[in-house]
Amino acid sequence: MVEAAKQYTDFYAQAGKLIAERSYGVMNAPRDEALRTFSTLGFPTKKVERYKYTDVAEDFAPNYGIGLTPLQVKGLPYCHRISEAPIDVAPYYNRLADKQDAVVALNTLLSVDALVIYVPRNTKVQHPIQISNVLKGEQNTMVNRRILIVLEQCAEADIVITDKAMDQQHFLANQVIEVFAGDGSQLNLYELEETHLLCTRYSSIFLQQGRDSKVRHTSFTLFNGHTRNRLDACLQGEGAEVVLNGCVIADKTQHVDNNTLIDHQVGHCQSNELYKYVLDDSAVGAFAGRILVREGAQKTVSNETNANLCATHSARMYTQPMLEIYADDVKCSHGSTVGQINDDALFYMRQRGISEKEARLLLKSAFITEVIESIPFEPLRDRLHVLVDKRLRGELSKCEGCKLCK
Amino acid sequence: MEEKNGFVREVAEKKYEYGFTTDVQTDVIEKGLSEDVVRLISQKKGEPDWLLAFRLQAFRYWQTLSAPTWGHLRMPEIDYQDISYYAAPTSPDPSKGKGEIDPELMKTFDKLGIPLEERLALSGTAVDAVMDSVSVKTTFREKLKEKGIIFCSISEAVKEHPELVREYLGSVVPYKDNFFAALNSAVFSDGSFVYIPKGVRCPMELSTYFRINARGTGQFERTLIVCDDDAYVSYLEGCTAPMRDENQLHAAIVEIVVKENAEVKYSTVQNWYPGDAEGKGGVLNLVTKRGHLRGRNSRLSWTQVETGSAITWKYPSCVLSGEGSQAEFYSVAVTNNYQQADTGTKMIHIGKNTKSTIISKGISAGKSQNAYRGLVKVARTADNARNYSSCDSLLLGSKCGAHTFPYMDVHNDTAVVEHEATTSKISEDQLFYCNQRGINTEEAVSLIVNGYAKEVINKLPMEFAVEAQKLLGVSLEGSVG
Repeated sequence: MVEAAKQYTDFYAQAGKLIAERSYGVMNAPRDEALRTFSTLGFPTKKVERYKYTDVAEDFAPNYGIGLTPLQVKGLPYCHRISEAPIDVAPYYNRLADKQDAVVALNTLLSVDALVIYVPRNTKVQHPIQISNVLKGEQNTMVNRRILIVLEQCAEADIVITDKAMDQQHFLANQVIEVFAGDGSQLNLYELEETHLLCTRYSSIFLQQGRDSKVRHTSFTLFNGHTRNRLDACLQGEGAEVVLNGCVIADKTQHVDNNTLIDHQVGHCQSNELYKYVLDDSAVGAFAGRILVREGAQKTVSNETNANLCATHSARMYTQPMLEIYADDVKCSHGSTVGQINDDALFYMRQRGISEKEARLLLKSAFITEVIESIPFEPLRDRLHVLVDKRLRGELSKCEGCKLCK
Repeated sequence: MEEKNGFVREVAEKKYEYGFTTDVQTDVIEKGLSEDVVRLISQKKGEPDWLLAFRLQAFRYWQTLSAPTWGHLRMPEIDYQDISYYAAPTSPDPSKGKGEIDPELMKTFDKLGIPLEERLALSGTAVDAVMDSVSVKTTFREKLKEKGIIFCSISEAVKEHPELVREYLGSVVPYKDNFFAALNSAVFSDGSFVYIPKGVRCPMELSTYFRINARGTGQFERTLIVCDDDAYVSYLEGCTAPMRDENQLHAAIVEIVVKENAEVKYSTVQNWYPGDAEGKGGVLNLVTKRGHLRGRNSRLSWTQVETGSAITWKYPSCVLSGEGSQAEFYSVAVTNNYQQADTGTKMIHIGKNTKSTIISKGISAGKSQNAYRGLVKVARTADNARNYSSCDSLLLGSKCGAHTFPYMDVHNDTAVVEHEATTSKISEDQLFYCNQRGINTEEAVSLIVNGYAKEVINKLPMEFAVEAQKLLGVSLEGSVG
């Protein structure tokens, strides 16, 4: 086994007992299997198709202190620590997660606590639930986050997850989210990442949808170091709909890799995917979206679009929209483009007295707007417009009033 | 349903009309692969030392590799020791001089409709016919020679133009390229060699016809086309094989060098035996084809109609290093019964202002799997590179699969790369419209498919276009009930 993986197994050999003590029975149960998987597989190399564009071993190689603090969840409706969950979590925990993915196995191995968001049958959550992940620490730290979202039949919820980093340390966040969307349920899940260049994020989301359920996932990567997002959506009930939207703004040496799979297991389902990237400086963007239509999944309608804007010579974009179809009565399409700012549009604006810098900004912002406008929740939409505009000007939300780097 | 099955059976048994075998004496070497076999092949062909050294180097490298598995294919295990690597039809009467063809062979190619007699000059195509491991006859050589064009089998080229072969062989597809390229480099038998000198426009279509005949053999042909400055050539390739219940391996390499302002058109109508309706037998078509656009404003276009083979796994590619060079890839891949195809192209943009177009049409029927896989890579040096890719898939039947795996790696901000793909089935409305007008469903499907593939077929030279159109009809018969 290579060095990078070894430090984690060594750590587990030492701290395994402590982790088990601090944790909860349901979470301890799959640890042995996870250890076996992780030890045999090691970190995926670039030869593994789904990790083609990200060097996992390199991201996990630095010596991190590993965070083992349990969660503090107080007063948030519908949110619970796993040990205090109002339902039996055994049928849910680690059921959807890919058992053959070493990064996921590592999370299963090292997670101490998990957040459970449980919305009972026919309940509509009035206000969006916001979860803020704040990375803080005196030293380089790795955290393993685990979230379980269970929406029972006809439940509805909006969830916003934000990632922030307070200190200028190397942080590594490895997150696994499992989502069970019951029949007729509706879920809007938003993720917003705004950290810094020293932060690495691995996120794996596993989504299972029942009959007539509607799930919309929107992810914004505004600022980060290395990010790799995996999302697997599995449509198991007829009439289910899934929308996966994403927007990436990257410059400097940022690296953003989104990898999605939409698995149409039954017929009459719809999926829609739209990812947009704006790349500047030496940023590297990667997008791989696979749509799988299984045999018998007739009347599937699926649409996938990935549009990318490369603003400099040194920015790199890899895109790979894939269709894998085993049923004949389907309508599937995908499109992908890589291009730059339209010279005519730029000229038009400059003619009207808009400076080149401002014009470029406007065009970039207009390019991204399509993703923001698809968000049904208005306050978030407004907030994102502001954030994106600031981001394109090179500022962060926390920059407000701060003069440190000016 | 029963009637439909009956029809499918009929198609499988009857429709592959090239499934006969020829009864000629064939010199087949022992099965198996070792350094001795490589030496034996080289010796049989009377090759110079440098070529033997090239083969041995490739063979030693091949031994260190293992077969790739990343294709979207269910591949049978290939036992490389159970194949004979050299089979040559021999003349029963050795007293006959070179250039005389065994009448049995003649009949074979007549049956296939290949004009080996130069009296068929009207067809206006020069043909190189390759049976198993050797080139049988190349027509119109003299006429082409007047213009300085060299068109012969690669074995002859090695003897007569060693300097040219030595300069270009392996320069586009090095033996280290991949598993099958290394294998081919070690054991390649025959193929065509084309050299078009500066400023010459080849007056006729050049064509090679490949035929596998002997049992238990593989075919490892090697084609090398060099098109010098300001020259032009259009090259056609066709292939058939007898019906056998074993899988036959066909691992070829095609290398094309295109120099300044030159243009090469390469068209393939691939009709290897696809196996029977139960997926038994058929040719494994694992080919490396690549063109290198070296000169400024050079052009290369690949057109392929893939209807045969149990497994097709190939990516005719273009390396666009000349400034302003242009490449095109047009493909129709049809799979039926248990056929599998994983095909597409690679466009590697290196030079400035390079442009590539990819049009791919996949048609899957029966229980077949048809995948498009393509890479468009824009290197940092390729300013203003432009690519447009469009891949459409048509599904006929609910048991088949159509897949699209495009890869785009863009390392330059001035590049514009576009990709779009759709997957659908033939609309009920179109079928109904045809039915209404007295066209039965079978014919209607053929009509619609031909219309769908027209964009690609139009790019083929006329004689080939007619053949391709017929092939499309035949390959799909029985796939709609």
